[in-house]
Amino acid sequence: MSTEQQVLHRIEKVRRRKARLTDERITMAHGAGGKATQTLIDAVFLEAFRNPLLEPLADQAVFGVNGTRLAFTTDSYVVSPLFFPGGTIGDLAVNGTVNDLSVSGARPLYLSAGFILEEGFPVEDLRRIVASTAAAATAAGVAIATGDTKVVQRGKGDGCYINTAGVGVIERDVALGATQVRAGDAVIVSGPIGDHGVTIMLARGELDIVADLASDTAPLTGLIDRLFDATPSVRCLRDATRGGVATILNEIARASSLAVVLDERAVPVRRQVRGACEILGIDPLYVACEGRMVAIVDGAAADTAVRALASHPLGQGAAIIGTVRDDPPGLVLLKTQFGGTRIVDVLVGDPLPRIC
Amino acid sequence: MRFVDEFRDPEMARALAGRIAGLCEPGRHYKFMEVCGGHTHTIYKHGLEDYLPANVTLVHGPGCPVCVIPMGRVDDAIHIAEQPDVILTSFGDMMRVPGGGGSFFDSSARGADIRMVYSPLDALKIARQNPGKRVVFMAIGFETTAPSTALTVLRAAAEGIRNFSIFCNHVTIIPAIKAILDSPDLRLDGFIGPGHVSTVIGCRPYAFITRDFDKPLVVAGFEPLDILQSIYMLLTQLAQGRAEVENQYTRAVPWDGNARALEAINEVMELRPYFEWRGLGFISHSALKVRPGYAAYDAEAIFATPGVRVADPKACQCGEVLKGVLKPWECKVFGTACTPETPIGTCMVSSEGACAAYYNFGRFTRARVREAAHP
Repeated sequence: MSTEQQVLHRIEKVRRRKARLTDERITMAHGAGGKATQTLIDAVFLEAFRNPLLEPLADQAVFGVNGTRLAFTTDSYVVSPLFFPGGTIGDLAVNGTVNDLSVSGARPLYLSAGFILEEGFPVEDLRRIVASTAAAATAAGVAIATGDTKVVQRGKGDGCYINTAGVGVIERDVALGATQVRAGDAVIVSGPIGDHGVTIMLARGELDIVADLASDTAPLTGLIDRLFDATPSVRCLRDATRGGVATILNEIARASSLAVVLDERAVPVRRQVRGACEILGIDPLYVACEGRMVAIVDGAAADTAVRALASHPLGQGAAIIGTVRDDPPGLVLLKTQFGGTRIVDVLVGDPLPRIC
Repeated sequence: MRFVDEFRDPEMARALAGRIAGLCEPGRHYKFMEVCGGHTHTIYKHGLEDYLPANVTLVHGPGCPVCVIPMGRVDDAIHIAEQPDVILTSFGDMMRVPGGGGSFFDSSARGADIRMVYSPLDALKIARQNPGKRVVFMAIGFETTAPSTALTVLRAAAEGIRNFSIFCNHVTIIPAIKAILDSPDLRLDGFIGPGHVSTVIGCRPYAFITRDFDKPLVVAGFEPLDILQSIYMLLTQLAQGRAEVENQYTRAVPWDGNARALEAINEVMELRPYFEWRGLGFISHSALKVRPGYAAYDAEAIFATPGVRVADPKACQCGEVLKGVLKPWECKVFGTACTPETPIGTCMVSSEGACAAYYNFGRFTRARVREAAHP
């Protein structure tokens, strides 16, 4: 083994080691979804709450009650601005939780909605948010069955935060998850990536960039039904939210001890998103989507799966973007458009905080 | 996408790679330094080294604005940020750079108002919107960003905005290249010259490299084909026994630079007698400060900064990496004690830093990557 390989070997060992929380205060990095978030969850939350359902740290917990398999999840929404092209914080609060249930193979049934409002927040804005929340729930086929309202003093919140929790029932006989992934599987995205993140960034109006672009926020339940109708060979589904496609694929690679090799030219990215990302020096692979998923399917079923997804309005532009291999375990590689190869690592800082 | 895709064309890359291989004398080893961190980023982000023959090595240079900021200056900036009614504004790259007492992020978590901006003009906008606050812009960068800082000061002066100042950490590229050439540890065959800096200073200031050190320099653009072409141009010079300054980035770099940008810098700033560079130590006439005439916009004149020199952590070998003496992975703490999450040195922080680029994109032997990607 060369010296360089020894160094790399040592680094991979360090990366697998459990991180210690040394920070004395919460920084923005703890909310960025990268390693700092992971460390915080491991050291503080998992340490205190530890149980077999929580331990996999999946987007949802799956458990049986009297022979019925249920999926249960929660998520909080702090997006800024509250209104943006393609949706509102209310749309995100419904679709985000619905999608966390759907990707486990569940049919989402009931949601809770907790609103934290800041003193002085216009009731008219709240009405708009609640109307879009209701419309999104209807579109997703879920009922908001319970809720809560709190008001905090001016300056102690940023207008409106929402927390939703959701419960769904898993009726299909499927076992989905990173551990189901095998070498030879195909990596598929359900449509162009990065629309939501770039839309939010531009909607903040700090960049003086204008583009014809809207958030992709949408419930994925129907799209996932279409996929399962076409093929049973689905191994793993993930909605590509915070941290984007790259972050999710890293989690899958790490959890399965397999490699994901992506082809940059195959990754669907809208012209507007690519342009904005080029200007800002951001990689679209890390930009959040709110209505796109990554599907890992048996390589033999890949074309069938893409056709099925593309036949649904939310799957326009679905594409095979890479494959799963044995080596190098735990890493995501990218064959660049230019023809070179590089690593796609977990992002450290969040280039775009408060995206959802 | 126009103006992007044509500079990332794999067919062209293959053709250029063939010509590059043809120019390399067998048995000779070529070492070129890309001075600019932007180039380092491009090289790793696009996997450009996959196209180079084994006997061509790229050495990463000191042209990463964040990387060269010494810890003491980070502490000074945090000291300013923690004064009453101050809003410190900074490019995002600086936020995680560790000083002796933590980073901007840590200071922000302690209660300081530190905001990320994309341009000094955004900082000025914040000053306009917050007349009761003192808004300070953490000015960093080479001649590339100095003009926009200078113009922002001029705009503030023209508008009579009194609650805006800059904490000036601008550095100049030529003394850094000189320091590297004077360093006995490094044998280089030529330089890939910094493109963005050269849009401002032009190509003439590099003449001493060919004259005094007999090395070729090719000013290069930031797309991967730009860099491949500059390597081709460097090898052509070497094959023909020439050592000249050439300009590959003609679509952006005028030979004489940008006179108006230089004027703006010169109006607002003057050379410091000396400035500390992280890892490189004190270099004379290598940095800019605000001229006394604009002292009202000089954070160093407004706030009493501690100005304490903080020694780099012993384990940190950023200096060697910045000089190109060590490859990132040869540093003792690379990737283990020093990672992008918990950086010890600045080279691991900035997206332009050689260690971060290597860790995030290139951390893997080229051979193994090739094997995995093309089984």
